[in-house]
Amino acid sequence: MSDVYIVGIDMIKFGRFPEQTVPGIAAEAALMALDDCGLSIKDIQALYCGNVGQAAAMSGQRMLAEIGQTGIPVTNVSNACASGATAFRDAWVAVKAGLYDIVLAVGVEQMGKGLLGGQGDGPSAEGLIGSNTMPAMFSHIGIEHARKYGTTFDQFARVSVKNHWHSTFNPKSMYRRETPLQEVMAAEMIAWPNTKLMCSVNVDGSAAAVLVSERRMKQLGLQSRAVKVRASEMSSNPFAERQMAMPDFSGATRVAAKTAYETAGLGPNELDLVELHDCFATAEIVHYENLGLCGDGEAGRLISDGETQLGGRIPVNVSGGLLSKGHPLGATGIANLYEISTHLRGEAGQRQVEGARIGLTHVVGGGPSMGTACSIHVLEKA
Amino acid sequence: MTPTLKSFLKRDEKGEPYLGGSKCTACGHLYVGERSVCANCTARGQIEPHRLAETGKIFVYTIVHRSFPGVATPFIDVIVDLDDGAHIKGTLLGVEPYPEQIPYDLPVRVVFNERAPVNMPDTPHLTYAFEPLVPA
Repeated sequence: MSDVYIVGIDMIKFGRFPEQTVPGIAAEAALMALDDCGLSIKDIQALYCGNVGQAAAMSGQRMLAEIGQTGIPVTNVSNACASGATAFRDAWVAVKAGLYDIVLAVGVEQMGKGLLGGQGDGPSAEGLIGSNTMPAMFSHIGIEHARKYGTTFDQFARVSVKNHWHSTFNPKSMYRRETPLQEVMAAEMIAWPNTKLMCSVNVDGSAAAVLVSERRMKQLGLQSRAVKVRASEMSSNPFAERQMAMPDFSGATRVAAKTAYETAGLGPNELDLVELHDCFATAEIVHYENLGLCGDGEAGRLISDGETQLGGRIPVNVSGGLLSKGHPLGATGIANLYEISTHLRGEAGQRQVEGARIGLTHVVGGGPSMGTACSIHVLEKA
Repeated sequence: MTPTLKSFLKRDEKGEPYLGGSKCTACGHLYVGERSVCANCTARGQIEPHRLAETGKIFVYTIVHRSFPGVATPFIDVIVDLDDGAHIKGTLLGVEPYPEQIPYDLPVRVVFNERAPVNMPDTPHLTYAFEPLVPA
């Protein structure tokens, strides 16, 4: 089976674009990714489109109506916050299997402001039987870590300090403002221990990638900026003891991380940088351990010692992460791949991780009573 | 009769409310609510109804300060390990909403009450909450 390469990849600057449409926002990133490798929509043999809010409304086809209807197969993918990464992986599978040589993956989302989480149909149990908000769910996960290992409010807050600082170097980030520790800790409490500055930002955004087979990459002469996909893995949540009471994102992450490292034939110590799913500050802490960036129980020390900041041993979320760059659900997975690719190409400017050769992306999607989707990719400078 | 907020809220033959669960006789896992196949061991047709315990201990908590529109805050959202081994989420009453007031493993009991959901303010529903086994 052929190795698969990213030859074109880009994202729009995340923001709020209520006057635009989902297909319109998607089209912007698609054209940017095509321009990044000098190809045309006429070269694309299949499209995979990740989106949550309009999952049932054929976002991919509507995007092609804006940039060129060539009759190619379109697969619309919805997998909560892992939708973009899932679309990318489906594109990868198709090239890997030899069905196509050039495919396009797009992730897009247009979001409102405010709390995410299911109220669902029927009588609301919110407040009466705990909370169904996303912050509450990820706060439970943080408190579980604190219970086991003594992780502190200060350590959770430092994740947010780091990612907001990183975002000051990223022109495509929604916010680009430093937030000192005292400001993060004194911000409005949303759900203990996550303050408002420790919650990801709801934004509109899109990102897209052109994936090609090795043969076509060489034919097209696109080696110089190509990025090799060393592993593309997915998982769902394996059974967890408390899963009906508190959704579990760690089990799925550990399953996908194990297979990703095996497939790539390397370990976490060989990574130069990581973009992981920091939907809340508490989530980043638990994923340090789930991804093997440190041993179990060491995540608090990792953030306190600055090992995951730009210039540290293993920089995490140098883009600013979901906390500051923003989290347009369907676009997030491909935006993470854009960030890693940009570093591997040596094109990340002020936030460049020097000499970056191998990077990992991680996203999880899910919610109360939903289950989990996890996707992990390992990328290497070609 | 007052409607129930969740389908696993049941009433026995005397009309007493309880938390309905199910037990897999193959692996022993306890579930909140009814089901026919075990998600843990995949056994089929080996699930029997189980009346869940009404005491347990707090595993983790959060204090919710921002909720959906109209919901009174703050409130304490706890994950409780029931004494029979089941796990369930609920609101903790009778404790001040400060982290230092909520020790891990605090023994709690289930209390049943009737409350109106935020989106149906005129229709009380049977629901449940937790309170400390030993009042503060």
